[in-house]
Amino acid sequence: MTIRFNDETFRDDYSFRNSAEAIRRFPFPFDKDDYMYSVNMEPHGTGGRAGSVFEKRFDVDEHYVAEMRDRAITLAGDPLRCQSLPHMELAGWDLLELIMQCKAEDYPELFQLHRDGDRWHWINRPLGIEQRFTFLDPTTLPCGPLEYITRQAQGDFAVLDQREGNLWMDAGMVTSQADWSLDFDIGMNFFEWHAPVPKAAEMGIFQRALKFLLAVQQGAPSRRLNWTMTVNPRLDTSPENYHLWGPEKRTITPENVGAKQYLRVELQSFWRLPRSNALAFPIRCYLIALEDLVTVPKWARRLHRVIRDLPDELADYKGFAVNRQIIIDYLAQFDDGKPTSPGIFADD
Amino acid sequence: MRATEFSSSIPSRPVYAGLRPHGALPALMLAEGAGGEALAELAGADPSVMRRAHLFWIPAGAGPGLAARLRALGPAGYVEGPDYAALRPRFVRALADAHMGTRLYLAGDEGLIGQAMADALAAGMPLEAIDAEHRGGIARRMQCVHCKGITENVTTDPFTCAHCGLNLFVRDHYSRRIGAFQGVCVDAETPGQVPEPQEIKP
Amino acid sequence: MTSLMLRVAAAESLTPLVKRFRFEHPQGAALPLFSGGAHVVVEMPDGEVLRRNAYSLISDPQDGSGYEIAVRREDGGRGGSRFMHGRVQPGDQLRISLPLNLFALDLRARKHVLIAGGIGITPFVAQVRQLLRMQLPFELHYAARSRAEAAGLKLLPDVPQIHVHISDEGDHLDLGGILSGQPLGTHVYTCGPEGLITAVAEAGARLGWPKTVLHSEVFQAPPPGRPFAVVLARSGRTIEVGAHQSLLEALEAAGVEIDWSCRGGACGRCETQVLSCHGRIEHHDHWLSEDDRSSQSRIMPCVSRFRGETLIIDR
Repeated sequence: MTIRFNDETFRDDYSFRNSAEAIRRFPFPFDKDDYMYSVNMEPHGTGGRAGSVFEKRFDVDEHYVAEMRDRAITLAGDPLRCQSLPHMELAGWDLLELIMQCKAEDYPELFQLHRDGDRWHWINRPLGIEQRFTFLDPTTLPCGPLEYITRQAQGDFAVLDQREGNLWMDAGMVTSQADWSLDFDIGMNFFEWHAPVPKAAEMGIFQRALKFLLAVQQGAPSRRLNWTMTVNPRLDTSPENYHLWGPEKRTITPENVGAKQYLRVELQSFWRLPRSNALAFPIRCYLIALEDLVTVPKWARRLHRVIRDLPDELADYKGFAVNRQIIIDYLAQFDDGKPTSPGIFADD
Repeated sequence: MRATEFSSSIPSRPVYAGLRPHGALPALMLAEGAGGEALAELAGADPSVMRRAHLFWIPAGAGPGLAARLRALGPAGYVEGPDYAALRPRFVRALADAHMGTRLYLAGDEGLIGQAMADALAAGMPLEAIDAEHRGGIARRMQCVHCKGITENVTTDPFTCAHCGLNLFVRDHYSRRIGAFQGVCVDAETPGQVPEPQEIKP
Repeated sequence: MTSLMLRVAAAESLTPLVKRFRFEHPQGAALPLFSGGAHVVVEMPDGEVLRRNAYSLISDPQDGSGYEIAVRREDGGRGGSRFMHGRVQPGDQLRISLPLNLFALDLRARKHVLIAGGIGITPFVAQVRQLLRMQLPFELHYAARSRAEAAGLKLLPDVPQIHVHISDEGDHLDLGGILSGQPLGTHVYTCGPEGLITAVAEAGARLGWPKTVLHSEVFQAPPPGRPFAVVLARSGRTIEVGAHQSLLEALEAAGVEIDWSCRGGACGRCETQVLSCHGRIEHHDHWLSEDDRSSQSRIMPCVSRFRGETLIIDR
């Protein structure tokens, strides 16, 4: 399998595009016609459905090179998007090993890792990187291990320390977040960093999710899908730059909604790290324009029903209340009222 | 003046349970203005708390009478300063010299508590070793999520960031590490449309 | 529960009661690394019974060439340690779970104080290796009755941070002294008999240490008790739990699929909803909240038992 990497942007002229293949394998997040929070965990790892984004442990797709370029731009403007509290360095090395090992095993034509004791040699062909370094010696890398490897891996990464029966947001690389600030939230526990999420606390969602996550074991990663809506294919929808991208949210019209309004899906996975006992929490972001999404009839019908019937607080929290009616009107033309099949995948 | 009672909020918003005596354990005490009364009441409830306590006092408008009363409680050490910024080097040094088993008593407004607590946590003090009581105004210490500047003594919502000038609304989301609430641009989507500022409530 | 079939590479007596076992991958593959304080669960096919015991890993957490454990023979116990001592030979293959850590170091600590009593030394053997490698400040206090019984003496390196207290030689742990004058940000870890853990908690409370920095791990086998019966709501079956059997073991023996990992009441994996309870649940776990316990709405089948008329669980 060869991947042709797109030359595209996630800001300014927004030249991001999904190929037909990327649309086909898009991780549509709704398995039924309505949505409410749930602890929708399932096992992750090797042997996921062939041709889907779940096939490999760390999915690499046509957007890889462009996403890494966008991350570098964001970091150049705000180095605080990547932080690690001092006790999290070991976890950073754990994460580096996990990603390098998975990528080298899952994509041998793109990535190679050669290990000779602690002397490691890493080759990343898509990004043209070749690095010899000493494992666990940060002075042999151009930056800390967490930053080094997550500049070469799509998606945001939170690294959670586990102690006192809780998880603590103590390190991360966050440049494509759905409106939360690592710089502000770093050091918070599970309940504190989720504090702004409406309704879920009363529903006991966080208690149940935390219990599940505390018990995630080595060699048995899990995943779930989360979603929101974004205007334009923008990765950096950070609170830090909200005043810069906020006006774009008000540019949706019935004429442009299909092209400019994107469904944003997070593939979240959870990995117990060996040396540090920390929990790695990659949050991979996939974007799809509504006009591309509706080419799959099942997804068009279902997304219409989900958005139409969503509680108002959730539309508010997810930040698309202002465009909701336009989105519903647009999607309605693709919903003939027919029943939809169970599960998230398109009908063959 | 009594300890402030705040309305219920989200789980990241701190609650200040008030000062409770922990006997004659080694202690650091830091109070500002109306917070001095809280310390005096604490010592009234259990005079032994003062025996091994180092007291840091910021009068902040409280009259000389309160300072004299605090000294008369007989703390093992007493340091006075005009504000937290000035007092901070000595307070941080005292934290560095402290050992496990030391209690920290904080009393004053939220900005003082937040800054001192952040310094204490950074020095390795366990959160559970800290008692805090809110006394004084309900002004908030706000971090601008955009420029990262801190605006002290914010009393209205929205307010103007003292550093970058953006109009920010006041969130209840709070960072103990920074010792501040989060301020987010209120007119990000509709530049110039800024709601009328309201007095913030406890 | 992810597990591996491993070969016993070595078995060696450390003291008359404690034996060290080394496990390696049969094809020589590297084993997953772990963090100091982690344990594995060893499966022991003992005739009709499949025993499962948790043991702390004592090998170097950074060394994937093998896993090592130290097993103390408990002659009055349920039989797992007797099986390990009497039946397991080099060359045998046993199923071993992947490492799980419920007693991890708090890496924020400015200093780590480790306090071990007897066989409670085992989790610290790996932690000491981790601390030395990371060059973190620590001290270990190891209390044992006699040198002959102190298996840890053969497992620990000769470094000045380690203090051995042999009570037969008149050297007793001075917890007040150990906990005095420690720098801000120190964390304490205790492993050993319940009495030692209580003593550290009491000394800590007296000296003003918050509970959150006093960590402990009790080496807990499922406590025996009177036999009892349990109704399984999903099948309507009633199963009997023997005096020396845990409810979890009885469920497994009855073929009920149930998730578990520590089998010691700490990890939460086997938490089970109680649908009806006429009697008293004897909670022995460290997992459930006070509310869950007092309302008798949940039970941890790995360690907890029941006395009374009827108990119906959601299994």
